Amino acid sequence: MIVEVGHYALILALALSLVQGTFPLIGAQLRYAPWIAMARPVAIVQFGFVAISFAALTHAYVVSDFSVLNVAMNSHSAKPLLYKVSGVWGNHEGSLLLWVLILTLFGATVAAFGGNLPPELRARVLSVQALIGTGFLLFMLLTSNPFERLVPAPTDGQGLNPLLQDPGLAFHPPFLYLGYVGFSMAFSFALAALVEGRVDAAWARWVRPWTLAAWCFLTVGIALGSWWAYYELGWGGFWFWDPVENASFMPWLAGTALLHTAIVVEKRDALKSWTILLAILTFSLSLLGTFLVRSGVLTSVHAFATDPSRGVFILAFLVLVVGGSLTLFAIRAPCLTGGGLFAPVSREGALVLNNLLLTTACATVLLGTLYPLFLDALTGEKVSVGPPYFHATFVPLMVPAVVAAGIGPLLAWKRGDLAGALSRLRLALVFALAVPLATLMFAAKAPMLAVLGTALGTWLVAASIGEFAERVRLFGASPRETWRRAKHLPRAVYGMTIAHAGAGVVILGIVVSVTWETERLQVVQAGESVPVGGYEFTFRGVEDVRGPNYDAVRGIFNVTRDGDLVTVMTPETRIYDTSPQTTTEAAIHPTLTSDLYAVIGDPDGSGGWAARLYHKPLVNWIWLGAILVAAGGIVSLTDRRHRVGAPRRKAGRAGSGTARAARA
Amino acid sequence: MIQAFHRFLLLAAASCVVSLAAPPAAVAIGVDRPLPDPALEARARAIHKQLRCLVCQNQSIDDSNADLARDLRVLVRERISLGDSDAEVLDFVVDRYGDWVLLDPPLNVRTFALWLGPAALLLLGAGFAIAVFRPQRRSPEPASDALTPEERARVKALLERDGDAS
Amino acid sequence: MRLSYVLPLALFAVVAVALGIGLTLNPRLIPSALIDKPVPDFSLPPIDGRPDGLAAADLRTGEVAIVNVFASWCGPCRIEHPLLMEVARSGEVPVHGINYKDLPRNAMAWLKRYGDPYRRVGSDRNGRVSIDWGIYGVPETFVVDRRGRIAFKHVGPMMPEDMHQRILPLVRELQDR
Repeated sequence: MIVEVGHYALILALALSLVQGTFPLIGAQLRYAPWIAMARPVAIVQFGFVAISFAALTHAYVVSDFSVLNVAMNSHSAKPLLYKVSGVWGNHEGSLLLWVLILTLFGATVAAFGGNLPPELRARVLSVQALIGTGFLLFMLLTSNPFERLVPAPTDGQGLNPLLQDPGLAFHPPFLYLGYVGFSMAFSFALAALVEGRVDAAWARWVRPWTLAAWCFLTVGIALGSWWAYYELGWGGFWFWDPVENASFMPWLAGTALLHTAIVVEKRDALKSWTILLAILTFSLSLLGTFLVRSGVLTSVHAFATDPSRGVFILAFLVLVVGGSLTLFAIRAPCLTGGGLFAPVSREGALVLNNLLLTTACATVLLGTLYPLFLDALTGEKVSVGPPYFHATFVPLMVPAVVAAGIGPLLAWKRGDLAGALSRLRLALVFALAVPLATLMFAAKAPMLAVLGTALGTWLVAASIGEFAERVRLFGASPRETWRRAKHLPRAVYGMTIAHAGAGVVILGIVVSVTWETERLQVVQAGESVPVGGYEFTFRGVEDVRGPNYDAVRGIFNVTRDGDLVTVMTPETRIYDTSPQTTTEAAIHPTLTSDLYAVIGDPDGSGGWAARLYHKPLVNWIWLGAILVAAGGIVSLTDRRHRVGAPRRKAGRAGSGTARAARA
Repeated sequence: MIQAFHRFLLLAAASCVVSLAAPPAAVAIGVDRPLPDPALEARARAIHKQLRCLVCQNQSIDDSNADLARDLRVLVRERISLGDSDAEVLDFVVDRYGDWVLLDPPLNVRTFALWLGPAALLLLGAGFAIAVFRPQRRSPEPASDALTPEERARVKALLERDGDAS
Repeated sequence: MRLSYVLPLALFAVVAVALGIGLTLNPRLIPSALIDKPVPDFSLPPIDGRPDGLAAADLRTGEVAIVNVFASWCGPCRIEHPLLMEVARSGEVPVHGINYKDLPRNAMAWLKRYGDPYRRVGSDRNGRVSIDWGIYGVPETFVVDRRGRIAFKHVGPMMPEDMHQRILPLVRELQDR
């Protein structure tokens, strides 16, 4: 019964989204206040229905109702509760429902808290949101109904992929979707602005918090995915340039560019049409990601045996949404007149450079991801594009971006003073030269690229802190004056400093862990000791372990340093009962400066076991840095100018819908 | 059965930890045993990283748990220890599985657009960026803000007249 | 300058068309690098309990042949098995087998249970020979021409239309040559 309620609620949500997608839009065009006013309550009720639907599916999972096909396929009665719940979005249909839930949640939030928006803009934004929602609801109801019944009901479910029974992955998709879907707000605002034919500072301030929030979520989502890959896949890798990873990385790159260019619109009234285009592209890339993952056009582990009708549907939807919005852009964007002029060396100039590099990087990732498909489609030939390509193209684009990220914030708007900025950053420059010099002198091996990488990472951290110190006059003013300045600095400045420094920390983590990791690949006998990065791993043997729903072979390693026991590491290979699947459970021992990482492999048949042992210096800085980046975004989000009620259109242009209708 | 595959949908990093139909482990070509000579082993590992796993398809054989990936790792080591050069080892695998296995696509007619694309995109973007810095003129004729000699003469005349009047 | 506003739309159109074509393709299918090349030099012992074994010489007898890679642990192999039985019964073309990474006892039990369509079977216990054949997933099926060259490869289980519309017509064409 509850299941049918959920299904019915979904259908009602579709009907409401059709209403929300048309009436307010037409109302705003005709300046007809009742239709404009409709958007708010409908958006909130629509969210309510989707929430009911989501709750119904979650209930089916929690009580293990295997008469629901989706539950029978993806759950199991013996699963811990947490994974029963996360199982809701651990499959195609359920994850779509989560998508729509988040989409309508964002819409409801605009409706509930967007009191400071002009009613017409709000109506248009909500309508565009609803149109996107209509597409997804139709997609779900027509091709991927999560509430489909299964008769007769099996006695137990087929279980969830053991790989997904993991806290990191349980929360990875919701964050990713909050990011993807959050960018739909920027998209809706962009389309509303195109329809209105007006983009100004107030518009930029309204879009910013949504973009920022989405971007923070996406940052956390990507970091969680990468962390999961690191500890679960058992190869110590954290990024594989897999199409699915790229699918989440492209919107992140475009979204990062959007965050920066929106500042120029807000402060300087320039780069308007470009910002609008970026807002469209960022969300389009989120949709493209959805298409790539669910249509099976690219190989990924999830790509086989997908239903082609789904691919056709999403592609049609993609063409409608992206093609439609880009057509609107082509027609309306030329009307958006640009504002202030600026010199190449200026804050705006630095942000333009940032955008140029980030979008080129994003386009490069897109090219590399889709190229095999292009070639296959055009010539029928197969080619592989792997990490070497992305390293060779992506990294060179990031080098100038990182250099500029250190200098940009110190350049004045309109016309900046490069020499002055550099002289104020001399301390950071000294650091950025000293650290790589030290590595050259003291490290056993120091490839040029790694030295450059440490220089860049150090530079970004030092320059970000240096720029902050400069703003608060840390040197040269009384402590009281510094404190006063620090108190009055906008939160956005704090956010930028934290995020930029965080990016530097990520770079250092990647460069140092990849360059100076120690890896031992060895067949070990019981009692054998292996030196790894200053530690001694002694293999004590293996034992068979019975877990809640798996059998495991557990290897035992005593890790000592200078004769003192540091830890006992117990990597496992697990075979799950529900499926013939084997997973490796790496044992990871984090220390302050490094991770120790151990994996147990196959027996060699004569008492030895294949083992992989790693010492990875600073590897946790990758995720620590990513958390800093996201934290910077959150701090920036609390900036005074984003608080409810603060942003208003400039006097004279402001006014309620009725006032403007009267003027017209 | 089709839906069963959808569980894989959310994996952020494609992995081949899961083999749907794996042969019994006891019949592999050999165990993943590194070559005793560290220099040779380093070469083998570098080659592993360049070869795409055919089973999982999104990882190099260096970080794939697939059975075939391990067999290929063992084979690469075998060729290296037999004295093959890196290029010969890669050719050995390409002969059997085609260019598809190379993660680092060689520059040729087919990959021309792939390798030149980023540079072309950067130039295109730079062109747009430079256009941003040029002052935008409201008037479509570019020559309009320069004065013709006649105009200059008139301005001069006007200025002189104003000067006389003051 | 107006044109540049249309550029994003134009680029997207190209991407959309490619994605559309992409929907009709199977990205997991890797074409064989061995098409039109002679079969690799190999010699496989029989499965314990069978007399024959398979070697390159068996495929250079001037006869067109089908070579099928199978294993008892391979679920999809059962799907295509009846087709191979059908071809074997018709006697139109010999079917040889490569038994991939299988225990002899399991393989023999499997052939007993589902039928044995193979004229000769080589047992590739460690999968080494299969790598020479460029095999990456079981089942795979090859068509070898009169001169011992690989003319065609099918990856994954064969469906009736694969057998009747591609493989057997090709076999007849090669036999007529």
